[in-house]
Amino acid sequence: MHKEFLMGNEAIGKAAVAAGVNVVAGYPGTPSTEVLETIAKENDGSIYVEWSVNEKAAMEVAAGASYSGARTLVTMKQVGLNVASDPLMSLEYVGVEGGMVILVADDPGPISSQTEQDTRTFAEYSKVPCFDPSDAKEAYEMVFEAFELSEKYKTPVFMRPTTRVCHSYQSIDIRDYAEYVDHRPSGFVKDSSRWVIFPRLSFANHAKIEKRNLALGDELSDYARNSIIPGTVRKGIASQGISYANVKDLLANKEGEKPSLLKISTPFPFPEKLALKFLQGVDEVLVIEELDPYIERHLLYVCGKYNLNVKISGKLTGSVQFSGENMPLKVQEYVSVFMGWKTEALPSIETPELPVRPPVLCAGCPHRASFYAVKRAMKGQETIFAGDIGCYTLGNAMPLDMVDTCLCMGAGLGIAQGVGRVKPDTKCFAFVGDSTFFASAITGVVNAVYNQADMTLIVLDNSTTAMTGHQPHPGTGKTMMGEFTDKIDIESILRGIGLETVVRQNPFELDAAVEVIKSVAAKPGVKAIIFEAPCAVLFKPETPYEVDANKCIDCRKCIREIGCPGVVIREGKVAIDEALCNGCGLCAQICPVGALGKAVRE
Amino acid sequence: MSVTNIILCGVGGQGTVLASKLTAAASMSRGLEVRSAETIGMAQRGGSVMSYLRIGESFTPLILNGCADLIIGFEPAETVRALTYLKKGGTVITSDRAMMPVTAALKGSDYEGKRMTDYLKSLEGDLIGKLVIVNTDSALKDLGSSKVMNMVLLGAAARGGYLGAVTIDDIKDALVKKVKPQFHELNFKALEYAEI
Repeated sequence: MHKEFLMGNEAIGKAAVAAGVNVVAGYPGTPSTEVLETIAKENDGSIYVEWSVNEKAAMEVAAGASYSGARTLVTMKQVGLNVASDPLMSLEYVGVEGGMVILVADDPGPISSQTEQDTRTFAEYSKVPCFDPSDAKEAYEMVFEAFELSEKYKTPVFMRPTTRVCHSYQSIDIRDYAEYVDHRPSGFVKDSSRWVIFPRLSFANHAKIEKRNLALGDELSDYARNSIIPGTVRKGIASQGISYANVKDLLANKEGEKPSLLKISTPFPFPEKLALKFLQGVDEVLVIEELDPYIERHLLYVCGKYNLNVKISGKLTGSVQFSGENMPLKVQEYVSVFMGWKTEALPSIETPELPVRPPVLCAGCPHRASFYAVKRAMKGQETIFAGDIGCYTLGNAMPLDMVDTCLCMGAGLGIAQGVGRVKPDTKCFAFVGDSTFFASAITGVVNAVYNQADMTLIVLDNSTTAMTGHQPHPGTGKTMMGEFTDKIDIESILRGIGLETVVRQNPFELDAAVEVIKSVAAKPGVKAIIFEAPCAVLFKPETPYEVDANKCIDCRKCIREIGCPGVVIREGKVAIDEALCNGCGLCAQICPVGALGKAVRE
Repeated sequence: MSVTNIILCGVGGQGTVLASKLTAAASMSRGLEVRSAETIGMAQRGGSVMSYLRIGESFTPLILNGCADLIIGFEPAETVRALTYLKKGGTVITSDRAMMPVTAALKGSDYEGKRMTDYLKSLEGDLIGKLVIVNTDSALKDLGSSKVMNMVLLGAAARGGYLGAVTIDDIKDALVKKVKPQFHELNFKALEYAEI
């Protein structure tokens, strides 16, 4: 063992490597991404690691490898689990041979997600056992236990940290190389009675799984990470994950009466016997958890089943907020009300008005140029701009205001078609990034062509998966094994589907881009423009621009039209922030008097 | 239980992460437990970022409002925003250089750092026990690099004895291990730059 300062996701990745994982597949998504990246970095070549095209593909690749006896890890964020749910629901019925851990990172807040869905609830629905770590150190150790449980019961298992566990750092004792597990898979053994899902198999396995999970709930009541810390009064707090860590920290710094503390680290199957023991020692319980009132409902169930007269409060009683994170201040408030503690009010601070900082597209981002060109080309026409998931969702911000809808990965294509079905004279646009195109937009294009839709697809191709930190994808020609492969060409795919009009255009050539959009959008049927320009973060900036004060008429068109963070106001005048400007030149093409130009360096 | 609670705040891309990692490495070399947490993802792009850093034995990486011993601010408005975390009589070390958000530019506002630093000064001796405001423009001019502001601020904190048991020499040792040799001299100069 030795100590390292690790991010939760790094800890999980390193643990998987030390646990002898053989095959790892995932799709990037905050807050899960660094798990797979850590494994790729640690890989000595003996582990197969891939960014799959989407989460469904990742789940299936891992399932096949687990059938073959390999230890496998699948990584995704919570909404990715929706994409992977089709294979997963059946996989639980079929089972696995090698240990399979499905890492799903939940995002209370939400900080960078569409939903506050709870993978614990998904675990119960899919009948897949679930581990819920409370910090990075526990996440590290849990990975080994998760693989063991998976192999013992031949079932996939969930590991579901939340953002604050994924992205927090901690000094952790981790295994030395000599302590790593060496897991050698046997290979796939044919057995159609096991691997082919038919109604008869499902009927038999369904009953087995339910019985197993009942027994497993009892077994997990003895699992050391499900625990009770006895208190000094007949009051108790039940918690999980980072909420538990916050409660424990608060109680450690508090003198006087202490409530009992129940920690649930395996929400499914629920450790009922342990919960019963906890409930028998208290008259009142406060449940502090994030996302669904999951533990709260289970405790209510245990009270009903065993006829216990214990008052349970939490989200369902309005004692804890339904949405958002349980930050330390919230936790202090909840616990103080529950325990009848008086807390000193924080000093009220009346600050001057603070600037708000909503996330914006970076200075020099090619998406800004693409959105602006479409906006200009379509001015005065009836339009719908269906957006999608990625950095370009930020095209909704003022002054661009170019994202009318955003639902989920790849949805923009369908939305644009649906809007057009209601009002056919609307010019329907769908914007999709290159990685999202491969992940889940291709079926939307096929649907549009097959059903004779009238729409324009705009592919924002910046040659990377930018939002999650620049992962490669099928269009980049690089794999996570460090190989270079043929790039899958988006234009060829679109032509293969049957699009006659597919135009590639550099969005920074503003006038040309506007003309291309006008002529393409005027054509009937499904047509596409691929705006090609690499992500601004990936390249060394060009010479920054500067404002010629003698020419500037202070009309501020550059600021009002494109909203680039590199164009600022200093001492009442338009100026370029040299540290941010990357020299893309979009502002210079907008200035009516030619006051913006490349800075001259001595 | 003795824990030193530190908030590092600024705008995405200012180098808060390296400062927090160096402090963590320095703490570990002293055998101290460390936890930290930071904002990653969508919230990072041009947005406010905040890192929590806790030296000593604790159970969560997050810091309760009103409990931070030290705020290291990379941007004056972000420093003011983080004040809700400061313990009464705590220390604030901040840059005075304002970063203009696009929204402010759009409204034609001329948000300036001086309003924020004046406000901070008005709290000195009350909420703020010790205030260090670093003139970033002259610091970067004197040091000849725009990339070492994080070391200027961290150096001030370490030399002032505000990092708990962690000393400036611990930080220097950690820096030597993490940063390429050609940048050592510049970073050492930055660490020693600010007057405290």
